[in-house]
Amino acid sequence: MSISSGLIAIFLFFSIDPRIIEITLRSLFVSGSAALIAALWGVPIATIIAMKNFHGKFFIKTIFNSLIGIPTVALGFLLFLAFSRESGPLGFLRLLYTPTAVIIGEAILITPIIVSWAISAIEAVDPEIANLAKTLGASESQASFAVLKEALEGIFLAGIASFNRAIGELGIAQFVGGFIYGQTELLTTGIWIELQLNNIGASIALMMILLTTVFTINLALNTIKRMRGRE
Amino acid sequence: MQTWTKLFIIAVAATVLIIAGSYAYFQSLIGTRLLVSTTTSLYETGLLNATKQAFEVKYPINMAFIAVGTGQAILQAQGGSVDTLLVHSPSQEAQFLAGGDGICRKIIAYNFFTIVGPPSDPAHINGSSVTTALQKIVDYGRNHTTGRIWVSRGDGSGTHTKEKSLWAKANFNYTQISAEPWYANAGQGMSQTLNMANEFEAYTLADTGTYWKLSKDGTVSLIDYITEAKDLLNVYSVMAVNQTKHPSVNFTNAITFIRYLISDEGQELIENYGKDTYGQSLFHSTVQLLKQNSTLQIVRWIKEYAFIKEDNESYECPPQYRDSRYPDLYA
Repeated sequence: MSISSGLIAIFLFFSIDPRIIEITLRSLFVSGSAALIAALWGVPIATIIAMKNFHGKFFIKTIFNSLIGIPTVALGFLLFLAFSRESGPLGFLRLLYTPTAVIIGEAILITPIIVSWAISAIEAVDPEIANLAKTLGASESQASFAVLKEALEGIFLAGIASFNRAIGELGIAQFVGGFIYGQTELLTTGIWIELQLNNIGASIALMMILLTTVFTINLALNTIKRMRGRE
Repeated sequence: MQTWTKLFIIAVAATVLIIAGSYAYFQSLIGTRLLVSTTTSLYETGLLNATKQAFEVKYPINMAFIAVGTGQAILQAQGGSVDTLLVHSPSQEAQFLAGGDGICRKIIAYNFFTIVGPPSDPAHINGSSVTTALQKIVDYGRNHTTGRIWVSRGDGSGTHTKEKSLWAKANFNYTQISAEPWYANAGQGMSQTLNMANEFEAYTLADTGTYWKLSKDGTVSLIDYITEAKDLLNVYSVMAVNQTKHPSVNFTNAITFIRYLISDEGQELIENYGKDTYGQSLFHSTVQLLKQNSTLQIVRWIKEYAFIKEDNESYECPPQYRDSRYPDLYA
């Protein structure tokens, strides 16, 4: 599917059903916020791990690497227990079955992706840059920023990849968002809800939008990577 | 490390801001939300979304449905995670009320369960009684080594509970037969179970509402062979989660919703839902029927099947599970 036909498909579905627009926008908002939050706390963590030499560095990197593969069902279920109104430790927040809970869950899910990718990106930067900055009189943190600037592209890719993971996952969206028609319905859970209601057309539309979003993002990701390779 | 500390503070602040912002944003959209845990059969027919639309026009309350089987709905209510229950399993409801988690039960609708199967009717159940039909299905399953001939909800729902009671009535040991190779446990909602039975060319127990919808929509080609028998009666009730035990529930709105369901408007909506599309009512209203205390057969059946026995009397809702503040519910 080319991007343009994908865009036409999106446009068509948009113009047909305001509910589909609503679900799509909600899904983009939820995954976008999750990616933003994960980047906000993930990039500083990655910078410190990558720039510092300390005992157990390899161990911590391995942990983040393994957490990339955490099954969403497991994470979703743990969060469901944590957010349960009466029995969960975070139940007092009353977040269960809201999009906010999904944002938090997906941010946790994709943090290891951002951290691991960002560490690789930062470590790939020539270590001489930090040394050079320091000999030019930069402080430790200024030197870190100089390196971070070089690694920015890799970090950006990490953000996009994690957005992709967030928008396509079902486990967390299902456990803490629930299948609530019109409220926590996302692209992934919406496919299931509409199928249950026998609205197969709506299910297919949502699936097409989800696939188009994910493919478009992957295509953009690969294009950027290739352009970078040519430089 | 001054810069890093600042950066961390900014990151934490921004995170909190995004979460708080989205929380405020979604809360403003959601407003006062009434969470209703409901049986899949009511939800999947579309009745509840129709009710939601009509209800929200009249009241500034936002309804949200979580469609699960009766068993899971009761679990959610016992954990105080939802405000209202809409279910169809009288025996489980009685236990739920007795546990002190539920209050103000009202019977709001009935229809029938039906045993549906492939058009070829391989076990020849057409025209049989419920018990005979089940026997024929078991015989067929045991004598044919290939394939599944019975699909069960298998999810602890009201329909599943009903199925178990029917097997017991036909003198089968549920634990034993459910492990036999011809028996398939779907573990899914009614629509998906019907789809599965359709794929397997197998029989299943369904509520008429969901079956008619899928059948008229052309999604399944299953035939309803046995219906409208006393053993197949299906009664839907609403209950509020008890605020005394679960202080966080949205109790006042739950009562408003119950009042709406038993009002003339709510009952008409239930009675007329699907009439235009499917040519027949998917659900029948009960409030006037029970109020008139008529000697109709269906009233007797509902009382025998869905009323709760307490001290040699049977009640829609025994007095100790009513709320004295809302006597109008049982007027």
